[in-house]
Amino acid sequence: MFDAVAGNITFLLGGFGVTLQLSFFALTGGIALGALVGLGRISKNKWIYRPITLYVNFIRNLPLLLVIFWFYFVMPIIAGRPLNPFLSAVIAFIIFEATYFGEIFRAGYQSISKDLSAAAYSTGMTYTQTARYILVPIAFRRMLPSLITQSIVTFQDTSLAFVIGLQEFVRRTSIVDNLEVRSIQLYGFVAVVFFIFCFIASKISRHFEEKGRKTGLL
Amino acid sequence: MGFAYDFDWGVLWRQPYGMWLLQGLWLTIKIGFLGWIIAFFWGICIGTLRVTPWRWLRFFSSAYTEIFRNIPFLVQLFFWYYAGPMLFGETFGRQINQISGLNDYVAVIALGLYTASRVAEHMRAGFASISSDQYQAVLSTGMTQYQMYRYVIIPYALRIITPPLTTEFLTIFKNSSVAMTIGVAELTFMSYRIDAETFHGLEATTGAMAIYLVLGLTVVQVMSIIENRFKIPGMVGR
Repeated sequence: MFDAVAGNITFLLGGFGVTLQLSFFALTGGIALGALVGLGRISKNKWIYRPITLYVNFIRNLPLLLVIFWFYFVMPIIAGRPLNPFLSAVIAFIIFEATYFGEIFRAGYQSISKDLSAAAYSTGMTYTQTARYILVPIAFRRMLPSLITQSIVTFQDTSLAFVIGLQEFVRRTSIVDNLEVRSIQLYGFVAVVFFIFCFIASKISRHFEEKGRKTGLL
Repeated sequence: MGFAYDFDWGVLWRQPYGMWLLQGLWLTIKIGFLGWIIAFFWGICIGTLRVTPWRWLRFFSSAYTEIFRNIPFLVQLFFWYYAGPMLFGETFGRQINQISGLNDYVAVIALGLYTASRVAEHMRAGFASISSDQYQAVLSTGMTQYQMYRYVIIPYALRIITPPLTTEFLTIFKNSSVAMTIGVAELTFMSYRIDAETFHGLEATTGAMAIYLVLGLTVVQVMSIIENRFKIPGMVGR
């Protein structure tokens, strides 16, 4: 029944390992850059605000697939030598996902009212203390559900690295399928693996959302 | 060591490449529109089942949205394209595989089924924003459950969720680019094909980017007219 999956399990799971690596770099890079992009989006300096806003609106109007191709073509020109597809995929994901994470951070930063920091200052807290103990924890808890949801999307998006020949989970599955022609079980297997991970993560996101709503945080 | 790159922006209008991009754009628009028709109506059905009093229908619709949202669209597309025909059995599956232009049809259906799950989630949010008094008021006029949803609640919810549906409508054109992986000759596919023939993929993909931007801006303009027509007076916009 599951002969094609069982017979190639190490090869397939190796591909899943590549997917996990890709997700790890895309997420850490995307979230770090996104936090900065979010700051730029609320900046009062127009020399920061305008270019960042242009970048965000530009990228968000493009299909990820095209962005992956574009970096795949442009990176060797910048570097002056052929690069491996993994690196160009990671850069494309970071640049792309940072715009989505950036909007989440912007909403999180904006959700903090002036009253909150004024109240903290009035108790005698310094700026660092206010940020460290009041603003950052509250903003983080408010953003957490959206951050998890976008992380799920990013994890699913890494499958698109398929198109530049990166041997991640889906690419390896299609290699096996070309040899064995067991499409139902092979693609069914990939679907189930992705589903389990994303479903659990989405339940965690919903848990934090409900918790935030109960405590009046959201 | 470094190698200089000879830019050749001529590939964007030199024939046949310029024509390829336009043909790709046309197919992108067609797939997006047809997929949207499926997504819109099927999404309304799924979203409405989610709030009906029948437990099994609620279970079906929440299972549907969970499954379609938690599996990458690329995997769904491959599943429908490669495994889909086999689900109908050996002989019938082989007949399906002989349909010409099968990949285009599969792309439209897969895109429609996937986007429907997202439309359904917006519908659910729309229903949730309608207060329960409203439901009771409608029922007290003597309408049946079916009439209530058909004539009051669904039109009302749709007007509330027009802004997020606009975003989904934009997303469907972007997601249609994934169809290139099963050989659908849409815009992204064509820019890649130009690279395969001329090695000027950078110019071709940059040109495709510009076309996607124009397409996106056009859709936003058209949708803002529609949003203005359908917004409920007295309720704040986005």
